[in-house]
Amino acid sequence: MTLAAATDLAAATDLAGAVNLAAATNENLASISNTLIYSAMAVYTLAFFAYIAEWTFGGRSKVGRTAAALTAQAAAQKAAPAVTVQKAGGTAVLERPKVVVRAAAGARDLPDGPGAHGGDEQGDLYGRIAISLTVLAFAIEFGGVLTRALSVQRAPWGNMYEFNITFSTVAVGVYLTLLALRKNVRWLGLFLITSVLLDLGLAVTVLYTASDQLVPALHSYWLYIHVSTAIFCGAVFYVGAVSTILYLFKDSYENKLVSGGKPGRFANSVLDRLPAASTLDKFAYRVNAAVFPLWTFTIIAGAIWAGDAWGRYWGWDPKETWSFITWVAYACYLHARATAGWKGRKAAYLALAAFGCWLFNYYGVNIFVTGKHSYADVGLGVLQSAGF
Amino acid sequence: MSKTTAGEPTDAAAREDLDVGVAGSQLSTAPTESPAGVPAMGVIGWARWFWRQLTSMRVALLLLLLLALGAIPGSLIPQTGTDATKVAEFEKAHPTLAPVYDRLGLFDVYSSVWFSAIYILLFVSLIGCIVPRSWQFVGQLRGRPPGAPKRLTRLPAYTTWRTGAEPEQVHEAALALLKKRRFRAHLAGDAVAAEKGYLREVGNLAFHIALIVMLTAFAWGQLFKMEGNKLVLEGDGFSNTLTQYDDFKSGTLFDADDLAPFSFSLKDFTGTYEVSGPNKGTPRTYQAALTYSEGAYGKEKKTTVKVNHPLEIGDSKVYLTAHGYAPVVTVKDGRGKVVFQDAVPLLPLDSNVTSSGVIKVYDGYRDAGGTKEQLAFQAFFLPSFAEGNEVSSAFPALLNPVLNLEPYHGDLGVDSGIPQSVYQLDKRNMKAFKDSKDLQLRDNLRPGETMTLPDGAGSITYEGTKEWANFQVTQQPGSGWALGGALAAIFGLAASLFIQRRRVWVRAVRGADGVTVVEMAGLGRSESAKVPEELGELAGILYDRAPGAPEDPDTPESTDPPEPRAVPAEGSEK
Ligand code: HEM
Repeated sequence: MTLAAATDLAAATDLAGAVNLAAATNENLASISNTLIYSAMAVYTLAFFAYIAEWTFGGRSKVGRTAAALTAQAAAQKAAPAVTVQKAGGTAVLERPKVVVRAAAGARDLPDGPGAHGGDEQGDLYGRIAISLTVLAFAIEFGGVLTRALSVQRAPWGNMYEFNITFSTVAVGVYLTLLALRKNVRWLGLFLITSVLLDLGLAVTVLYTASDQLVPALHSYWLYIHVSTAIFCGAVFYVGAVSTILYLFKDSYENKLVSGGKPGRFANSVLDRLPAASTLDKFAYRVNAAVFPLWTFTIIAGAIWAGDAWGRYWGWDPKETWSFITWVAYACYLHARATAGWKGRKAAYLALAAFGCWLFNYYGVNIFVTGKHSYADVGLGVLQSAGF
Repeated sequence: MSKTTAGEPTDAAAREDLDVGVAGSQLSTAPTESPAGVPAMGVIGWARWFWRQLTSMRVALLLLLLLALGAIPGSLIPQTGTDATKVAEFEKAHPTLAPVYDRLGLFDVYSSVWFSAIYILLFVSLIGCIVPRSWQFVGQLRGRPPGAPKRLTRLPAYTTWRTGAEPEQVHEAALALLKKRRFRAHLAGDAVAAEKGYLREVGNLAFHIALIVMLTAFAWGQLFKMEGNKLVLEGDGFSNTLTQYDDFKSGTLFDADDLAPFSFSLKDFTGTYEVSGPNKGTPRTYQAALTYSEGAYGKEKKTTVKVNHPLEIGDSKVYLTAHGYAPVVTVKDGRGKVVFQDAVPLLPLDSNVTSSGVIKVYDGYRDAGGTKEQLAFQAFFLPSFAEGNEVSSAFPALLNPVLNLEPYHGDLGVDSGIPQSVYQLDKRNMKAFKDSKDLQLRDNLRPGETMTLPDGAGSITYEGTKEWANFQVTQQPGSGWALGGALAAIFGLAASLFIQRRRVWVRAVRGADGVTVVEMAGLGRSESAKVPEELGELAGILYDRAPGAPEDPDTPESTDPPEPRAVPAEGSEK
């Protein structure tokens, strides 16, 4: 035995040499990462102001589309109850027939707002500048996350600081991807970048943790799959939550207009430019529904990995419990939409509650609840700090 | 509950549904919500009413919400299942609250009566929901898509044009096109009716059934599972029988005969550790080299067990869960006769494997006077002793091992029949050996060193150190089923959420002026945006086969003049 120990020791000393050599470059990388993160914050701030400019200039044209559409609808209903149907032009025989879309039964049929620029050319220009800046900031932040990962030689999910920077990068990535796919999401920009700035601010002040040479004692790819899909799901759920909140605002705005009320000037200017409540609602639903299977998979991957690491698939550990609660809450939301009387606002509240569960699972459970992952000596403490 | 809240939209929906009529029915197998009316009298009436309530979507939603809420307290209050010591601490700290919590099952939420009630009700509801839905779905598969409603303009997506082609030609072209697109299509009256996306329903049913499979597998696993721990010294072996375990837990229906026949022995344990930096001492490798054999006379095979890499033998898994040191000592009595020679496993106290335990000599020892006695040594072990720190190890590896011993003699109390821990010393009938200053005798030994007991009472020699590893053996039948259920659930869910079930109707009739009017309409679930897109595409193709005829001059044509210099709205980018 003593012989074996001696070889171990030799191996360990060898390692120590290598580690010391690598340490200098790693520290360099870590400080590059910090610089990149701060630069990304600066560019996000510029983007933030550009978004503000977009909204400000967009406010110049007070279209009041929603209100206008409502009066037009009322007039049309009085004059001719039949739906106006657009037909293929009489002369242009080759033109394809146009599809008339009608809102689903019982829903309001209102047009989407024009977006933050409100149809204003200058506003649109600022909006485009804002998006370009967002792309730049995203690239820089991505670099920051990457160098951080290289500096610690592991996935950058070792502590809450790393988790936060990864999370906001992925959230912005999801937004930019949706934009690139030509989805109608430009209106999300200001709200998203505001919270990204908050998230990064929190990361660099309260949560900052010096880059440390953590050793992944757990060589399980399930862990990597599990944590990366969890981050991705969180970012998408987050986009869903933002549009759910906007839906709630826009919905009450529309309700007010329908019942003949007069919304304030601010609501008139800002909410009018957002897509119609039904569009926001559908977008939120699609986003949440699209990641729900992936979230299911995330939990299962976690269970498989827990089975390998701890000898049990499911142990009602706080982290596991809250993943489960989050899952059931989103299942409630999906169910609610299939149940009469729970569509619309009620379902939206469920969606927000579900996202609240997700947030609590990350921040709350890590901060307020002490999980019992204590595994004397096995180095599983890494997991605790990985947050999953 | 639903009566008040569902009022307005349901009324509106009902009015609209009259227009669409039977065409929109059965686009899913979701049960229709019946108002929670008063049941008919009689036991059967009540039972029926109760069953209908239980299997309604509304109650399913309520039970799901309850399940989420019910799971919360278990994450905030310490649980006996995961951390019994925390529960004990809590009970001490809150003497009035704890009994109330206990009565409510809050220390054992996930096996409490009320939590079980929620999920059992949920699953009864689920089964009660699945069975009729499956039958209904089979019915839908056997039947044909419903015919076109009277006024296609009422549908969410609609288009129309006039063509010179004959209605029959249009019908034929539509049938061919829709069938090619894998719609189930048939001609019903003056219109072609088609439907697609049945896999959505299949996925949804598969998902809900998979949930039942998962729960059943989980329950099965709980009943038949076993979990045992065994500490094994390097060079020693273990065979999987009940008596060999240090501790053993099993489900209610587990039978000792269910233990898989296998054995293994620990050849070598290897632990290497980070030697510098903030995480000095964190394990880098942590593994046990084993030889094992399956069955009673299986061939011997070699393997390595690591964290995350258990050894799997049939249904059983062998996990490496802990590791520590076992100093090898030789104890001689007053006449120099060896009375004890063995490796004694000590329990680690911290992450640098500072360890403690007791070396007990039960038999064969006689003191200087020849009287039979028992010996014990309170042992304290530092694998890496560093000057200036006498109480804890500086590093987890065996760099500079020191064994600190306090000898006692007397009666260990094993004959009293009370079970005692091998790691603890009952000092009631034991006397300490004293040194020359009449203080407790205590000494630090390095490998090879000997401590001599006073007055010719014998000696103890620290020969060297072995390592031990703790293995957890688990057997959890049904986990394969649970995994299969989970995968089926994901695929079912994906099919259910991503596939749209939708209907398309194509009506072609000769108008008053003799020109054929084609009308096309699409209907999906409210969430689908693809329906209008798909309809547009189908209409485009069909239009090519039945091209437009000159417009009837009477028909009003709506135009929307483009706003000058306006930037298009964001939605229009799509
Ligand atoms: C264990 C509890 C349950 C869970 C986790 C669950 C989960 C889900 C989820 C995530 C969906 C969304 C998939 C989709 O929209 O296609 C769904 C749909 C559905 N569930 Fe459940 N469910 C549960 C129990 C039940 C029960 C008890 C019923 C019957 C009363 C039921 C009936 C339905 C129906 C009819 C749909 C389809 C709705 C539609 O077609 O839009 N579920 N369920």
